[in-house]
Amino acid sequence: MPTTLFDKIWAAHEVAPGLIYVDLHLVHEVTSPQAFDGLRMAGRRVRRPDRTLATADHNTPTDGTPVARLIADQLSRVQVETLERNCAEFGVPVYSLGSERQGIVHVIGPNLGVTQPGMTIVCGDSHTATHGAFGSLAFGIGTSEVEHVLATQTLVQKKPKSMRIRYEGDLGFGVTAKDLILGTIGQMGTDGATGFVVEFAGPVIEKLSMEGRMTICNMTIEGGGRAGMIAPDETTFRFVEGRPAAPQGADFEEAVRQWATLKTDDGSVFDHEIVVDAAALAPQVTWGTAPDMVTDIASVVPDPQSESHERALHYMGLTAGQPIQELRLDRVFIGSCTNSRIGDLRAAAEVVKGRRVASSVNAMVVPGSQEVKKQAEAEGLDEIFKAAGFDWRVAGCSMCLGMNPDIAAPGERVASTSNRNFEGRQGRGARSHLVSPQMAAAAAIEGRFVDIRDWT
Amino acid sequence: MEPFETITSRPSVLMRDDVDTDQIMPKQFLKRVERTGFGEFLFDDWSREDGWDLPRTQVLVTGRNFGCGSSREHAPWGLEDYGFKAIVAESFADIFRSNCTKIGLLPIQLDRATVESIADSDSVQVDLAAQEVRWEGGQASFEIDEQIKHRLLNGLDDIALTLQQGDALSAYESDRERSGPVTTAL
Ligand code: SF4
Repeated sequence: MPTTLFDKIWAAHEVAPGLIYVDLHLVHEVTSPQAFDGLRMAGRRVRRPDRTLATADHNTPTDGTPVARLIADQLSRVQVETLERNCAEFGVPVYSLGSERQGIVHVIGPNLGVTQPGMTIVCGDSHTATHGAFGSLAFGIGTSEVEHVLATQTLVQKKPKSMRIRYEGDLGFGVTAKDLILGTIGQMGTDGATGFVVEFAGPVIEKLSMEGRMTICNMTIEGGGRAGMIAPDETTFRFVEGRPAAPQGADFEEAVRQWATLKTDDGSVFDHEIVVDAAALAPQVTWGTAPDMVTDIASVVPDPQSESHERALHYMGLTAGQPIQELRLDRVFIGSCTNSRIGDLRAAAEVVKGRRVASSVNAMVVPGSQEVKKQAEAEGLDEIFKAAGFDWRVAGCSMCLGMNPDIAAPGERVASTSNRNFEGRQGRGARSHLVSPQMAAAAAIEGRFVDIRDWT
Repeated sequence: MEPFETITSRPSVLMRDDVDTDQIMPKQFLKRVERTGFGEFLFDDWSREDGWDLPRTQVLVTGRNFGCGSSREHAPWGLEDYGFKAIVAESFADIFRSNCTKIGLLPIQLDRATVESIADSDSVQVDLAAQEVRWEGGQASFEIDEQIKHRLLNGLDDIALTLQQGDALSAYESDRERSGPVTTAL
């Protein structure tokens, strides 16, 4: 019987019905302290520290604070120090503040090469779906499950249903992976994929870089999906090759032979399938307080269709009919696990090069990891951003969720490359608009949203 | 986890759709390393709005796609600490639903009309064993995974249950010695 990529990975990891083996468990400071406490109280150990990796990202200041003990915010400091202590006690490798390998958990996994095709990966973070871009099955889990995985290296999970989103046509000029996924969520709604593991497919997906694919899978959860995945191919293999945790030499060749079999067979049946016309998409901008409240850059703030829309417009300080391109911005944030990889920074730098950030705008770039930061600096991207008036920061989640000092003030309008425009996400009363790195960069220069397709 | 017993309570109503976990438990409270005491921070931003009224009862009644967004279990912890034992909604986000069942908070999915009728009632009874919700003027059955139901009714610990399958787990591990990445060797 023809089977899907998801079926294959699921079948290979079923220890018992409904019990899935976890190949890699990523851990961060916010969702793990209570899990380690639970282990301690029950006298349990971490079953596979060698398949577990921790980093500090959500709370870490991005101002260059060198070590956890110097974090100014007391609660943040305690949380990061608690992570370090727990990892030391249970033998889990950790890249904390100050490590060259520290960064957003979903950026460091792929960049270290610990994210590989065919694996099962979990993390106490809903954007774990990012890793599915490599043809792995990656779930976000809660803290009780984190404790369960630490203790047993397995996850109790009923097999989700399968869904395929197939794209037709090519992306137009100036339209990116971010626009593709925002447009998709706009069409299917924030719960369109609830209960499903989603496979993204089609020629557009095959042509995307690994960074673009990660952006897509990252936001699967914004459509309600349990996980997002993309079949691995040459692009995937070349990305993994040579990274610190990648297999070497003959082992790598052997691994590639295996990974190449990870495809959905022709004739496989999905529980649900939708087709999205990629060619019809323009650059996207969200106007509301959920990721499916999104429209084209060339469009206007839509008429509210529901009470939540009305609430959203009120919160966002918008009225129906306002042209998106007339929205003035106070802040621009380029960063987060959706768009803070080297490719994202290159694309934004290309737009910014030789220009100045509008005087009314406070703009910042936050690389996804210390390694991305180093590489960007080696390429001179930092100089481009700084010359334009951007603040060039140190790796972390930063203003994606404002658990650290990077937050927007009440009423401030933000163009953000992150993934959530929820009320208060970037600071109480802050108004977030989600866009691609290119669109965010151009918006920083003009002080308002512009259509990147005809902006010169 | 405490065994889930039949409860009778006044419903506490929050008729909004797409309530995300950032609203249920705003990020500033995620810095705590404790597992308890989250109830007082529940809906911290919204609770400052005029007309906000969410009594501390045992049953929360709400709209569609409740608990979407972040995987933070701090959201169910807050709801539980606030006093809720069951949440009746038109639908739930996946991770949130699963997080609830891990701590003994029962998610009950019912259609919109039923949810609204329960919201209008003065008292509602939740009977997990019978998989039934009863209120004056109506009753409805709800679906739940058998295994989860068993675990909730008996207050069983998931980890202990899995460790009972230790042999299968060890066999799996030795059978398929994985060549995957070894994080301790990096
Ligand atoms: S960057 Fe944002 S979405 Fe990504 S892990 Fe950090 S807080 Fe979560």
